[in-house]
This record gives sequence, C-alpha cells and structure tokens, in this order.
Amino acid sequence: MDIPRHWRLHNQRYKLEGSRCTRCGTLAFPPRPICRVCRSRDMEPYTFSGRGTVYSYSVVYQSPEGFEAYVPYVVALIDLEEGVRITAQLTDVNPDEVYIGMPVEMVVRKIREDGERGLIVYGYKFRPPLTA
Amino acid sequence: MTRKLKPNRDVGIVGYGAYVPRYRLAAEAIADVWRGGQNATLPVESKSVPGPDEDTVTMAIEAAQNALRRAGIAPEVIRAVWVGSESHPYAVKPTSTIVAQALGIAPYTNAADFEFACKAGTEAMQAAIGFVGSGMAEYAMAIGMDTAQGRPGDALEYTAAAGGAAYIFGPAEEAIAVLEGSVSYVTDTPDFFRRAYQKYPEHGNRFTGEPAYFHHVLSAAQALMDELGLKSEDFAAVVFHQPNSKFPQRAARKLGFTREQIHAGLLAPVIGNTYAGASPLGFTAALDEAKPGDRLLIVSFGSGAGSDAMSFIVTDRIEEVRDRAPRTRAYIERRQAVDYATYLRWRKKVKVH
Ligand SMILES: [Zn+2]
Repeated sequence: MDIPRHWRLHNQRYKLEGSRCTRCGTLAFPPRPICRVCRSRDMEPYTFSGRGTVYSYSVVYQSPEGFEAYVPYVVALIDLEEGVRITAQLTDVNPDEVYIGMPVEMVVRKIREDGERGLIVYGYKFRPPLTA
Repeated sequence: MTRKLKPNRDVGIVGYGAYVPRYRLAAEAIADVWRGGQNATLPVESKSVPGPDEDTVTMAIEAAQNALRRAGIAPEVIRAVWVGSESHPYAVKPTSTIVAQALGIAPYTNAADFEFACKAGTEAMQAAIGFVGSGMAEYAMAIGMDTAQGRPGDALEYTAAAGGAAYIFGPAEEAIAVLEGSVSYVTDTPDFFRRAYQKYPEHGNRFTGEPAYFHHVLSAAQALMDELGLKSEDFAAVVFHQPNSKFPQRAARKLGFTREQIHAGLLAPVIGNTYAGASPLGFTAALDEAKPGDRLLIVSFGSGAGSDAMSFIVTDRIEEVRDRAPRTRAYIERRQAVDYATYLRWRKKVKVH
C-alpha cells in the first residue's frame, strides 16, 4: 500500500478539505491546482460542511479486494450543499433504506485495512443525519 | 494528608460529546448459541456492536466533534488530545494523532494514548484537568472510548460493547460544569488482564466483584465525599462504571444513593459495558438531563485496579450548549438489531484462512 499517498491525502479524507478559487469562488473536491472555470492558479483550501443529498447510488455485492468486510455496501453520488458532487460510500444504513434525494452527513470511518499487519485507512463516508 | 486531587486554578468541562454505534446484539441471541437458550440470569438486555467500518479512532472522532460543537471553540486552541482505551486499533501508532488531525487540532498539541483497563477514560480526564489547572493549557481534550471484545461463549461476551465520550476541559468561567474535586484510588489487584499479543482478556470470575469493583469504587467515592464534606443526598445524579446492570446499582445502594440518582447515567442494561467509555458516556447522559446548580458525581473503575471519582457543579451554560450536538439518548435510541452470525463476521471472530 502507498503509505506516502495516504498520508498526503489525510486532510482531504478526514475533513473533506477541497479547494476554493480566490478569484471567482468556484469550489472543487478533490482540491484542484487550477480553477476549472477561470483557470486561475490562486486556490485556497476549503473545508466542506459534510451535508448533502444522494443524487444516485448502487449496491455493491462483489467488492474490490480490501473491501470484502463491508459487503453489501452502497456507493453513492452525493450532492454536497455547496453544490459539488462527489462519490462516497454510505454507512449506517441498510441498502433497502437508501433513496434518491436522501439527506446525508459526512462521518469518518475505516475505508480499508491493508491485511492484519498493514495500514488502516480512514476517510469520509456518509450516513443518514443524526440530528441534534 | 489530603486525598483530594484538585488544581489551584478552577477548571471545568466546557464541552462534552457522546458516541454509541447503531447496532445491538441481544444477550438472548448469545445465550441461544452458548447456553441452549437458558437466559434467566443475563447481565444485560443487549449490547452495542460497532459496524464493520468502526473502531476506537472513528468513534472517538465523532464524540470529539460533538464536544467541539458544544464548546464552541476553535479546534486549534486545544493543547492536548488524550484518548483512553483498551482497544486502540494499533499496538504502536497513537489513536490520538489521528483524532487530532481529523478535528483540525493538530499540529500544535500534545497527543497521547492512555491505558488503564476501563479507567483509561477518566484517567485522561484527570490529566486534562491538571493540564488546564496548571495554566499550561487553556483547553485540553480527554476521551474514553472502546470496542471491547469477549471470547465467544465467555461470560464477558454478553457485555463487551462499544461506545464512549469526549470532554473538553477549560477555565471555570466558560464551563458547563465546574470541578469541585477528585480522588484517585489504586491498588495492585489482578482481577482482569490481557497479556501482550493475546486477543481476549482473562478474568478472575468472582474475584472481579468485592475486592476489585466494589472495593475501589466505594473507597474512591467515599473518600471524595468525605474530603468535600458531602453526603449522598447532596448529588442530583451519580454515574458509576457499569460492567453489567447490577454492579452500579449495588454500589449506589451501598453509598446511600437512590434509584432516581443513578437513573440518567445507567446505560449498561441496553448498551452493555463500554469499558473505558462506560462512566464517561453515562456522565454525558447525566449532563444531558442536568439543571444549573446540580451536583454530579462520576466514579470509574479499571481492573488492575483503581477508581477515579470526580464531583462537578453544573452551571447556567449547560442550557445554551446542550442541543448543539446529538444527545446521548439519540444515539441509544438509534438501534438496529444484528444476529449472532453477523456479529461474529463483523468482529472478525470467524477465521476464513
Ligand atoms: Zn476561478
């Protein structure tokens, strides 16, 4: 497993840290070095709220290697409230409870484990909101 | 000789947060497999079970986020992140640095993992009180969190559960509950232990009761009440370490506390024993229901063995911050039953190769 890569991505994965163009305000996740709208290179880190809704989803029964422990799980396209669409796993929900337009909030969970000896990778997933 | 531990500078809880996973395993489901359904004397009704993507790190992060929301402070001002647990995901690699990174507290902070069986959480709280009380830090975070494991079929399997709480300590002027004083009471008592590289702990069966749990819990609680000149009726609520439903209720009776006083913080009957998370989590439930001016007592117990007792007075600020994060009952009421087979698979108790 590529440990330096996991390390570089920790703020992105733990905090949903993307980028904001300081010239035109366009947001991006994952962060981009160049604004896709105005081509500016003047980008700053931007932490998304983690609230959004399910745009579309599919249930995974046959997982890629390293994700077997979580099967069956739901992978969804999520529209963040800031207007950016991202792909993420859903958690704390039964596949038959998921629907398009379902409100979700971001949580940090185990994404995968590199066997019994390797790194445990943590990162964002989304679940139905637990309101205060 | 004073037995009390209290800093010169007044310190209190400025934020608190709970976490309990969504899944529950009924004790009857375990008894069906291991006792042929004989379930007359089960220690709890059900226990919380972490989902397959949860561990002490992920649960600590959520509890800490709840504590930060209630405290209403910037994460960077927190000068320590201390996580007490006996289920740190790594043997070497701190839980606390992952939590500090995820919350935006890192890099200018102290970070460490605490261990003392089920007392690791209150031990981290004591240390945070000292850190703030000395003036070394304005704010310090202490977490008690566990995903406890019992050997399949063992008595501990009925209760070994997952959950816990996070606390942020700060100046008394900003506190929702101000520390009145605390006591730590420890002896060398081998009631329960796990050697290195062993997955499941050993325990001394009946030995775990009188000389271990009751001796330490009662001694710490009584010493603190004596030091502060208080009686049982002076407390609005009291929370004990809760390895099962019975022990905390019996400890309460022996100290002269009523059913009403322990009701708010007694969670073991429905979620089991959350180890280092147990008394800190019960205390969040008591804070959720506390009124300004209430006096609250928390008494932990950790095998090996020891107890920490702390007394707090709730302030007006509690009303303002309470609903900035989900209440502990919201986590407890969010429940999805799992069967024994699913539980075995998720908790990696099935060898597949
Ligand atoms: Zn731009």
